[in-house]
Amino acid sequence: MVNSILPLTLKDAIVKKRGKVIVGPVTTKIGVKGFTIVIGPNGSGKTSLLRLMHGMERPREGMVTWQCSDAEAKTRQTFVFQAPIVMRRSVVDNIAYPLLVKGIPKAKALQEATRSAQAIGLGNALHLEANYLSGGERQKLAIARALITEPDVLFLDEPTTNLDGGAMKEIEDVLQSAFKSGTRIVMATHDFGQARRLATDVLFLYRGKLHETGAAKTFFKLPKSFEAQAFLRGDIVE
Amino acid sequence: MTDFWQGILEAFWLVASGDAGLFEIVLRSLQVTLSAVVIASLIGLPFGAWLSVNRFRYRRTAIALLNALMGLPPVVVGLFVYIMLSRSGPFGVLDLLYTPTAMIIAQVIIITPLIASIAHQAIRDLWAEYHDLLISLNTTKWQRMRTLIWDSRRSLLTATLAGFGRAIGEVGAIMIVGGNIDHATRVLTTAIALETGKGDFAMALGLGFILIALAIAVNMAIHSISQTERTSTW
Repeated sequence: MVNSILPLTLKDAIVKKRGKVIVGPVTTKIGVKGFTIVIGPNGSGKTSLLRLMHGMERPREGMVTWQCSDAEAKTRQTFVFQAPIVMRRSVVDNIAYPLLVKGIPKAKALQEATRSAQAIGLGNALHLEANYLSGGERQKLAIARALITEPDVLFLDEPTTNLDGGAMKEIEDVLQSAFKSGTRIVMATHDFGQARRLATDVLFLYRGKLHETGAAKTFFKLPKSFEAQAFLRGDIVE
Repeated sequence: MTDFWQGILEAFWLVASGDAGLFEIVLRSLQVTLSAVVIASLIGLPFGAWLSVNRFRYRRTAIALLNALMGLPPVVVGLFVYIMLSRSGPFGVLDLLYTPTAMIIAQVIIITPLIASIAHQAIRDLWAEYHDLLISLNTTKWQRMRTLIWDSRRSLLTATLAGFGRAIGEVGAIMIVGGNIDHATRVLTTAIALETGKGDFAMALGLGFILIALAIAVNMAIHSISQTERTSTW
């Protein structure tokens, strides 16, 4: 692996939609290592912030910069959406798709996709049309597809919403092992327990603004901002 | 009603007796129409995909125009192609008038907008579904088009079959540019027009039934080859 594309720096970045500020101004840094959880209530701008980092939203103001050209950064990061996008193909073809996009020969791509599917627990559904998968399996498929290119950074937007405990645990295990093997993960969630289980550091987002950032340990023990304290207590923050 | 029954009887006899003339025009109908469908699909399907993934200033106008072209009057297309290919026209030197090639050209012009328009609608829907994923994976425009065409192939079959349906039953344009010449450019539809003109309604009806049967057979064959409605919703 060549030099890391990280850290990612956001400087006074603002996302606007129809003239309204959705996120920002945000100034923060995503460091080289870690499992960052973006936490906050619904509508706080988690999705927009992730899409901004991933380059799918352009900052209306401010800057989003990687340690390399944007073009190169784009090829070394992937995104898992809240509602998994399942292509009209078989499971193995779905997972192999990003490799084909990168120009890897089909036989080799399928071989790797097969290995990846088996590792994530979709081994017995390889040639099933992906449309038949259950919700949890679809999300596993999306994660396998996002990890197959061995990205430097993996963004996930509430990947376990709508999943039950078992499926959630499986997905968290997959993410943990990806993290341990060196993938930088940035994940949005509003599930507090999940944040506690996974995070090494936290971005607390509320009404589009970062209210608190820092290591997970200190955040969960003693949040500084009033909103984060209320959110941690389980109060309903709107 | 007698004409009607005689038509069925005529159709039956034509097929049962293995009439060589019939065989020839059926084959020519298929040859002209299938060639036109293949060429129009090669133009129309990528164009539909291109329209779906590209945003440009006059996109809405282009789509409205394309939809309007679906209703292009065949007679006018025939006239246009006739003028282009006639001796005094710009392509007169190619000597194509009154050949099956001229008929194919006219049919391609008639069905390409139809195929492109239906393809565009199907691909646009799939693009809405895939948009975030394909953008996120940093695909090129060309890769997006290829992926969308491949993954919506079942819907695109409908576009192609609609084109086939329009072309196989078309008479106005190919009558003008083909000339309905026996053993050269006579096809089922022009033969029907001729027999009707001659007053031989039984023969005309017989050919008509064969034409309908042919259209059904081709559709069935394509469906069974491509396994639609077999495994799943797409």
